[in-house]
This record gives sequence, C-alpha cells and structure tokens, in this order.
Amino acid sequence: MHMADALLSPAVGCTMWAASAGTIAYCSRKIRREMDEKKVPLMGVLGAFIFAAQMINFTIPATGSSGHLGGGLLLAILLGPYAAFLSIASVLLIQALFFADGGLLALGCNIFNLGIFPAFIAYPLVYKPIIGNRPTKGKIVAASIIAAVLGLQMGAFGVVLETVASGISSLPFTTFVTLMQPIHLGIGVVEGLVTAAVVSFVYKARPEILQCALPAQAAAGYSIRNVMIVFLAASLLTGGVISWFASDSPDGLEWSIQKVTGKEEVEGVKGQLHDLLASLQEKVAFLPDYSFKKQETPKEATLHPASVTSKETADQASGKQEKDGDSRLGTTVSGILGGLMTLALAGVIGFVLKKRIGAV
Amino acid sequence: MSHHIVEVKNLRHVYSDGTAALKDVSFIITHGESVGIIGANGAGKSTLLQHLNGSLEPTGGSIHIGHTPLSKGTLPDIRRTVGMVFQDPDDQLFMPTVFDDVAFGPLNLGYATADVEQRVTEVLELVGAGHLRDKPPYHLSGGEKKRVAIATVLSMSPDILVMDEPTNGLDPFARRQLMALMRDFEHTRIFTSHDLDMVMELCDRVIVLHEGEVRADGPAMEIFGNDKLLAECRLEKPLSMQGCPVCGGGPARVSRPHPPHHHHHHHD
Amino acid sequence: MASINKAVLDLKRLDLLANNDSVIHRLDARAKVLVTCVFILCIVSYDRYELAALFPFFIFPAVLIALADLPALFIARKIALLCPFVLVVGIFNPVFDREVLVYLGPLGISGGWISFASIMVRSVLTVGAAFILVGVTGFTAVCQALERLGMPQVFAVQLLFLYRYIFVLSEEGGRASRARELRSCGRKGLGIRSFSSMIGHLLLRTWQRAERIHMAMLARGFTGQFHAYRQSSFGKAELLFVLGWSALFVFLRINNVSRYLGTLITGLFT
Repeated sequence: MHMADALLSPAVGCTMWAASAGTIAYCSRKIRREMDEKKVPLMGVLGAFIFAAQMINFTIPATGSSGHLGGGLLLAILLGPYAAFLSIASVLLIQALFFADGGLLALGCNIFNLGIFPAFIAYPLVYKPIIGNRPTKGKIVAASIIAAVLGLQMGAFGVVLETVASGISSLPFTTFVTLMQPIHLGIGVVEGLVTAAVVSFVYKARPEILQCALPAQAAAGYSIRNVMIVFLAASLLTGGVISWFASDSPDGLEWSIQKVTGKEEVEGVKGQLHDLLASLQEKVAFLPDYSFKKQETPKEATLHPASVTSKETADQASGKQEKDGDSRLGTTVSGILGGLMTLALAGVIGFVLKKRIGAV
Repeated sequence: MSHHIVEVKNLRHVYSDGTAALKDVSFIITHGESVGIIGANGAGKSTLLQHLNGSLEPTGGSIHIGHTPLSKGTLPDIRRTVGMVFQDPDDQLFMPTVFDDVAFGPLNLGYATADVEQRVTEVLELVGAGHLRDKPPYHLSGGEKKRVAIATVLSMSPDILVMDEPTNGLDPFARRQLMALMRDFEHTRIFTSHDLDMVMELCDRVIVLHEGEVRADGPAMEIFGNDKLLAECRLEKPLSMQGCPVCGGGPARVSRPHPPHHHHHHHD
Repeated sequence: MASINKAVLDLKRLDLLANNDSVIHRLDARAKVLVTCVFILCIVSYDRYELAALFPFFIFPAVLIALADLPALFIARKIALLCPFVLVVGIFNPVFDREVLVYLGPLGISGGWISFASIMVRSVLTVGAAFILVGVTGFTAVCQALERLGMPQVFAVQLLFLYRYIFVLSEEGGRASRARELRSCGRKGLGIRSFSSMIGHLLLRTWQRAERIHMAMLARGFTGQFHAYRQSSFGKAELLFVLGWSALFVFLRINNVSRYLGTLITGLFT
C-alpha cells in the first residue's frame, strides 16, 4: 500500500524523505565504488520488468480475485540489496509521478516502507540465512514466503506509524494496526508464493543469474551494518519529531479545533452571522432530533443530543472546551463560501489565460 | 586505409554450457568490401559478429582489425573502428532522445560539445532522420528506429560497419529506404541476414556458415547459383532468382552489380 | 491488466505533453521541481481540519494548465483515479471523529467529514501538482533536474533506463498476457503455475536484453562514466518563477484568503 501526501504532515514527510534520500545516496556510492556499472542498465531494465510483470495477473485459488507481483523481494534476490533498493525506489518514483500512487512528499515514506524492508532486512537477514549455500525448492519457497510476509508486515507497520504520527487521519493506532497487519499478511503470503515460483523457475533455467547477487552479499556483513546505522539515525530522528509533536498537542483534537476556530475573528461579522444562521435554524427546526447530532463516538466524548442553538451543540460533553460556537460556525461557513469562490476564481483565471494563450 | 581490413583466423568459440558455436572460422575481408554472412538459425552468425568488436572473447584463434590484434588493450580503439548495429534497435537506443542516443558515442570518445552537436546533426541528416532529433525512441516507427540506430554508430566515424539482420521486421518501403542508405556507404560492410534478396543486392561476396564452420566463401552470384550447397545449409535462392509463381518463367536476367529488377509485366 | 495497459497509454500521453512548447515548458526543469516542492509542502503543512484555506491554492494548477496549454480534462480524469489508499484511510475519519464541528442549519458536520474533505482536496492538489510537473517538464528533464539538484548519477541514469524500457517491456508483458488469456478458456490456466512460468520467461528475456544493452553501450565506447550533454540554464525567468510562486504560496499559507473573502461576502449579505 502506498502512503499518500494527503495523509502526511510535513515533519513526518520530510524526515522520511531525508532518510530515503540518504539511503539512495549511500547505495549509489556503493554501486559506483564497486565499479558495478554493468548493473546500471540491469537495474533500470529490471525495474521496467516489474511494471511489465504487473500487467500479468493470476487468479488466487478459492477467492476468485486476482493478484500480481509486487516485486520488492524479487528484485532484492536478483540484484542484491543496494542495487535492488535503488531499483525499487525508481519504480516508486515513476508510480508517484505518473500513476498518482501517493505523491512526491510521500515518496520518502514509500521508498522507506517498500524498499528498505525488503532490500535490507527481509532479503539479507531472513531470506539469505534460510536459503544458505545450497538452495532447494523447499528452501526457496519457505524463505520467500517468510521474507515476503515479514517485509510487508514491517512495511505496513511503517504506513501505520507514519499515518498516525502525521495526525491527518483520525484512525486510532490500534484500529489501524489491526486493519493493516492481517491484510498484509494475506498480501505477503501471495507475494511470497509468487516470488518463490519465479525464483524457482530462474533457478532451474539459469542458476548463474541468482549467483550474481552473491558477490555484493559477501561484503555485506559490514555494509549492511552501515545501512542499519543510517536508518537507525533516521528513525531516531523520526521518533524525536513525533514525540515533539505529541507533546506539543496533548489533545490532538483540541489543538486542531483551535486552529479551525482561529483567534483573530472579524468581530463585527460574528453577530450578524449568528443572527442569520439562528433565524435560518429556527425555520428548519422541525428536525430537532436530527440523527447526526445524536450519534455517539465509540470511544471518546459523547456529544449532547443537541439543542437547536449552535452555541450549545458545539460544546463538548466533557466541558473541556468553552469555545465560542458561533464564531466557529461563522468562520467555517464563511471559509467554505470563500473557498468555493476562490476555487471558482482560480478556474476563471485559468480559463481566461488559456483563452488568451489560444488567441495569441 | 589498412584500418578497414578484418582478418579472422581459426576462430573458435565454446559457450560456458559446452555448446561449440564456432568451430574453425577463417576469412579476410578487405577495404571497401560488402560481405554478407548467411546461414541457418544456430549456424553461428551472431556469435561471429559479437567477436568482431570484442563483445565475446574467442576460445581459440585470433581476430585482427586493420593490423591490430583484438585484445583487452586495443579494445577501445577497435570498438571505435568497428561500428556494430544490433538486430533489435530497442537494445541500441537506450537514451531518452534520439539526439542523446546519437551523441552517446561521441561523448564517450571525449569530443568537444560543439563537435558533438555538429556530428550528430550531420549523421542524422545522412540517415534522413534530422526531424526526429528530439523524439524519444519509443515514439519512432521500426524503420526510423533502424536508421537512428545506424546513426548512433556512424557518429563515431567507424571504418567498418557490422549489421545484424538490418532489414528484419521492416515494411517493404522502409526496407528499400534502408537498403538505399546502406548501398551508399563507403565503409567496409558486413551483414548477416536471412533476407537473401537484400544480401544479393548489397553484397559482392557471401560467406556461408554452417554449424559453426565456413561452408562456402565466394561471389554472391556463384553461391546463390549453387542449389546443392544452399539446400545442405538449409538455405535457398533469393526470391528474385526463383521462377515467377504466376507465369512459371525463370528469373529475369540478373546483372550485377546493379540489383536485379524482376519486373514481369503480366498484363502486357 | 487492461488497467495497466491503459496506464501505460496514459503515461505515453502525459509524456508527449512535455513536448509542447510554452512559456512554462521552456523554463529550466529545476525551477519547476522547486516550485512544486514548495507547493506540496505548503499544502501538507495545514492542519487536518483546514479546508477553506486550501482552495486558493488551486490557482497554481489552474494557471499552469492554462499557460502550458495542458488538456485540463485529461489531467482531471487522471486525478480522479486517486490513490485508493487515501480514500480507504480517509473514509475512516468520519467514523472515528464524530464530534460535530459545524452546523449548516440542522445538518451537523462532524470533524471527521471536514478532515475527510480536507484529505481529498489535499490529494487532488498534491497529485495534480505531480502530474502537472511531468506534463510541463517531461520525465527525463525532471530526472536531470533532480540530478543537478544533487541526486546521485547512478540513480538518475538507471531511472532513465527504467523509463525507457517501460515502453518496450510493458508491450512484451501485454502480449504475453494476451496470449495466455486467449488460450485459457475461462478462468482455468490463469492460475499461479502458468503465471510464474510466464513471468519467469519474461524475466529471462529481460535479463538477456539488459546484457545486450550493456553490450551496445560498450560497443559505443562506454567506460562507466555517463556524460551529460544538455545544459539549460537557471536564469532570470527561472528565478522569477520560483520566487514569485513561492511568495504567493507562503502568503496564502499565512493568510486564509478564503475566509477573508467569505466574511466580506457574508458580511455584505446581512
């Protein structure tokens, strides 16, 4: 699953960007230094292969749905960690630019979630040790499934952490985790099976291809540690940012509401607006028990079944807040109105410009 | 002009899986010759071509380009001298635009920027692809790709042109265009092809490979006149030398070096 | 598969847009990359309940689409295929965040719906910005710009290879996939067995292609160093473009123009 710009806060987004960019720089230097230039076209072409492979579906037995190859683990097995990481990162960049998968800021998160885990953890620390020196069909299947599942679990967990830390989505951590992890267990098993099938095929047809990743692996004991240090630093940094954020807004909701309300209200407008809306509400008050207001939040504060005036309804049951309801109301309504107007304005400007350009 | 000579002596190549693709191949091609290398699938044509610019290393025997033996040290020089046009232009056109692709070789050779610009422009005009300059390769047609692929090689001013299946997969018009282009080159030219009509039109000399050995080497007309040899090597006469399927008549009188124009006018 | 086929076609179309010639197209790619980054950062820096203040930012895509003469409908259609993940995650906001923040008459709008709407608007803006960047710049130029902004060369070069061969290999994948569908009556034969052998073959062919490409590079004097040729420059126009837009974004970020406009209007109404 791809993380998206729309769910990210700049702090989380930038941190993950920095971590991923740092890893890309590190891997590129590594490739350059090992004079592995033959791998450069190979990496690119195999990245393109992942796109091509995704055009081919298979039916998942007993479900009727169809799946396709994700490819991260397969790339790691074929190219070794460094080259595979770069290749996965490029696939994600193209998806971000052309297929609306995520966005440019979320790219950092996506590269981290879908690149680092398969290339630097699942492959070297799970797949390789299980395969050992003499691969057998059984070992390939077991190693692929376990590595794919673990890689995707970590990736999914990454998505959860990034989303929750950003605070744009209201999904509580526990709910999100219990949603994401089982889904990705399924995806992981399928990915593992497919990877195993393709690797077994290649192993039978051209075993030397699978050896090509090995030399890079020989020196890896040391360098993987370096990579680990890079993201450890990155995650510490991330953790720091998150905790800073958390302490800054002990109650996310309250903090946000203040933002929505704003402080610098245009005083004169407030009263008039309130009157207007109050009179509006009187007219439509035949639905006093409008169901929306009665809904209860499952976990947190229960809202008062509201009386008609906006002032009371907007207050929280806990009484934590003494917000000025009509000002909030005024702000939001005028905000929406103004927003729609600016939207229209933007459209008109674009249209006029286009006309003029066309005329020239 | 000694640069233009290609000398292959007792060339042998055994692949790592044990297949002996070339057993004992020898020939000399001199300056300005246009030679067709023909043979059935698996006869060793592509393996032979890959030796000519050092893409493959011989298991035995030697190759001289000009009077320079092909070895690790002479490789850069020889790769500049021998321009290799690959069978699938998609393998050869890997840069973002036609211009970048044609400039790739000259830039690697370290030419100055202005020089590169001029070279690329000249070469693209030469192959009739000047208008394609800024296009990405995936927006080109098959014939355009082929001509650009040739330009990428010409931009390095090679003395010898080696082309693997140049007319493969082209429509008749594009094929004609390409053949006209290749006929005008003054380089030493080596082609492999199953398009025997093209070989007959463009080559004075034909080398027949069969199971990794040179089976025949001689003037094109002589080789294509030898039915027994052709049959043994899983080949056949060029269509223009075969009887007309409509009137059953024999081939038109073929005169070299001009290409044989076989025009029966059935409605005369 | 049909969808990916379509995606590749869309990709080709988006790629061709970059061949247009306009004021925006002629700018150095770095300027466009930088402005897009500032834009996205401004958008995502808003609080989750912010909705109205996002709208003025539509001025950027609107102006760029107009100046660069991009097909607005095509871009809109592409944006409409928003990443499903955003939708799935976003739709949970109304479920978990039910505190009513706003009343429009009797209709109480919960914070969840507002933040959901905010997420969708953010999505449109950020994804749209990425599409427009590609449409007015082209992938290759974006790549070269990133390289000149510090992206490692190895990464840049293999990105260009990747992009180049998407077109070749997706055609190959599409052909293979069609061949299999035609021979597998109904659903049989579309299982994982035929899938893996097909992917395996495709992989081997791809591998061989990579080897041939490498050979073609060596044949043309490649020694491990990639030489850049094109040198467009970052001039006055670029500086103006970057500073102008950035200033506007920062201004919009600090001042909620929508609200000013809205209060002005609603004030006049009463």
